[in-house]
Amino acid sequence: MANTHHIRVRLNGVEKEADVEARLLLIHFIRDVAGQTGTHLGCDTTSCGACTVLLDGQPIKSCTFFAVQADGREILTVEGLVNGGKLHPLQEGFHQEHGLQCGFCTPGMLMSSLALLERNPNPTEEEIRWGISGNLCRCTGYQNIVKAVQHAAAKMHEGVPA
Amino acid sequence: MIPPVFEYVRPNTIPEAVSLLQLHGEDAKILSGGQSLIPMMKLRLARPGWLIDINHIANLAYIREADGYLKIGALTREADVEGSDLIRSKYPIIHDTARVIADPQVRSLATIGGNLAHGDPANDHGATMLALDAEVVATGANGERTIPIRDFFVSIFATALEPDEILTEIRISVPPARSAGAYFKLERKVGDFATAAVAAQVTLDSGGSCTKAGIGLTNVGPTPIKAGTAEAFLRGKTLDAETIAEAARLAMDESQPSADLRGPAEYKKGLVKELTKRALTRAVERASR
Repeated sequence: MANTHHIRVRLNGVEKEADVEARLLLIHFIRDVAGQTGTHLGCDTTSCGACTVLLDGQPIKSCTFFAVQADGREILTVEGLVNGGKLHPLQEGFHQEHGLQCGFCTPGMLMSSLALLERNPNPTEEEIRWGISGNLCRCTGYQNIVKAVQHAAAKMHEGVPA
Repeated sequence: MIPPVFEYVRPNTIPEAVSLLQLHGEDAKILSGGQSLIPMMKLRLARPGWLIDINHIANLAYIREADGYLKIGALTREADVEGSDLIRSKYPIIHDTARVIADPQVRSLATIGGNLAHGDPANDHGATMLALDAEVVATGANGERTIPIRDFFVSIFATALEPDEILTEIRISVPPARSAGAYFKLERKVGDFATAAVAAQVTLDSGGSCTKAGIGLTNVGPTPIKAGTAEAFLRGKTLDAETIAEAARLAMDESQPSADLRGPAEYKKGLVKELTKRALTRAVERASR
């Protein structure tokens, strides 16, 4: 097929190569080709943020990006958060503060929150709400998600030597 | 939703990209941030046979002042415009604009050049660039030409770019002292297009009267609209509540909104008036600092 392209992506730290059709969306590459189904496809119209992943550290909606564009780049999904079997402080925060009910939006919420905390380790409540403004949650009313991110920010500070 | 089949090419230089445009003509589209194009392809509103991905072309993403201009490379991401200290401190109108475009994830990818070249009257930078009297640089087979932004927006989704030209840079004259602007947008929710939005930029003299005013309107007509009558009215005036109210009324008369899910035309006209008032008031506050 003329429009098939060989791509090499670093997905959650692991080199992944594949031949992909140009029109294959990154979300389908992650879920169907790489078999990592933690990332959710929600609205498929760039609105809900459930499919959020980090591309070279920046949050993007993987339903609005072609897999071929990810060639040579680094993708982090929710599967990449766990470190040696230990939950990431954000995951722990969502658990402790009941930051989810049905859980469908959670992988995207986690990735947007991670991007936020990496550039702003001590965000105000308003900055947290701004950071997750591209992610919809229909269960929680966002209050506990904000608390979960605050929990993680505090936890991540503890880990930093003074 | 999976877009229809297309061919994908990834040039490394502008001349390569231009020759690909010449080869494939109207069947080709430039892929920049893709945050408008990819959704349109998924919905079959756009069906390019060729996608020319310019994201690997070097030196197209920058924000710097040089030769009396603020120069922004077309491939500069909205997130980088939003995060730029130079933009925030000296061009607050552009900072205001970038931070209300779509949502954080979209701003990671979306580019300022794509926002303008797409020619969507609902896109936000058009009005701001009209208020700033910007120029865009178009690069084609015969090199570069500059297009004043007031001549750039031709009709809905149509710009002055030729089919084999790429928008490569945005240029804004470095404003004199006591200049500032603001952008006010009403959207139903984060990520929606503007119900209406207004950009205003003013320059004041030492006595506080207005030597230059620029006003642009978003999503209230087939293109972004330059409110020239309101701008002309403000020149030489002291910008107080009364003159600002009159300029807001004139800007409202220059808007051409249509009714849609976001509201009836009269409502949008009222919004233009109110947002013009707020944008001018904030611009004067900032310029007087």
